[in-house]
Amino acid sequence: MSEKFHKIFAANVDKLVEVTEFVEECADHFKLEAKKKFGLLVALEEAFVNICSYAYPDRDGLVEIFSEEDGDSFVLEITDSGHPFNVLSLPDPDVSLDIQNREIGGLGVYFIRRLTDNVSYRRENDHNILRLVLNRTS
Amino acid sequence: MTVVGMEGRASHGMVMTVAGRMDAVTAPEYEKKVNDLIADGETNFVVDFEQLDYISSAGLRALLASAKKIKGKSGNILLANIRGSVKEVFDISGFGTIFPMHDSVASALSASVG
Repeated sequence: MSEKFHKIFAANVDKLVEVTEFVEECADHFKLEAKKKFGLLVALEEAFVNICSYAYPDRDGLVEIFSEEDGDSFVLEITDSGHPFNVLSLPDPDVSLDIQNREIGGLGVYFIRRLTDNVSYRRENDHNILRLVLNRTS
Repeated sequence: MTVVGMEGRASHGMVMTVAGRMDAVTAPEYEKKVNDLIADGETNFVVDFEQLDYISSAGLRALLASAKKIKGKSGNILLANIRGSVKEVFDISGFGTIFPMHDSVASALSASVG
């Protein structure tokens, strides 16, 4: 039987530990394999930190996280009510540059794309919704 | 969740151990430690990843920032014992090719001599 979980957090990097623990519990409940779970947690951190940094420039805000099973996939939705912003619109960094020419940053969205099986963004009811999908098997 | 577990100066460089998670919360701790050591005149570093379970872009960003600073002092930074999922993050980000990686601290230290 499919179960859904959700929890609300303050959009503050200091909450990263709690956010990670919550999502880890959801992933364990779904029995997501260790390697997939690692990718999920990195993608989660990148998305969460991005919201904390940019979504609410003038005020405190919230991040609401939903998880559910979708057949053989684990789905995580990360939502905020901040400025409309699609993190997936950012370009990937050039990962072939050497140490002196490598720019600091730009890797977050790259990890969100590379470490999940599917990712999509939608704007709904004044919320940004980032949907991460990880298949149970590779 | 400790970033810098311990440190010790070997004859050819400072060995730093990172443990647990290197993320947006803990990476600044690593960066500050390296900056303090650079300020004290240290230029050769070996970072031991054996006890590190997790790294995100914030961790890589801190590593890159410290490496640029060390290179600016004509110093050297070598990484040891990067394995498993942490290695995967290095590989897909291209950091696996921009940082010299060694199978052990001893191997990194002997490379540091040359």
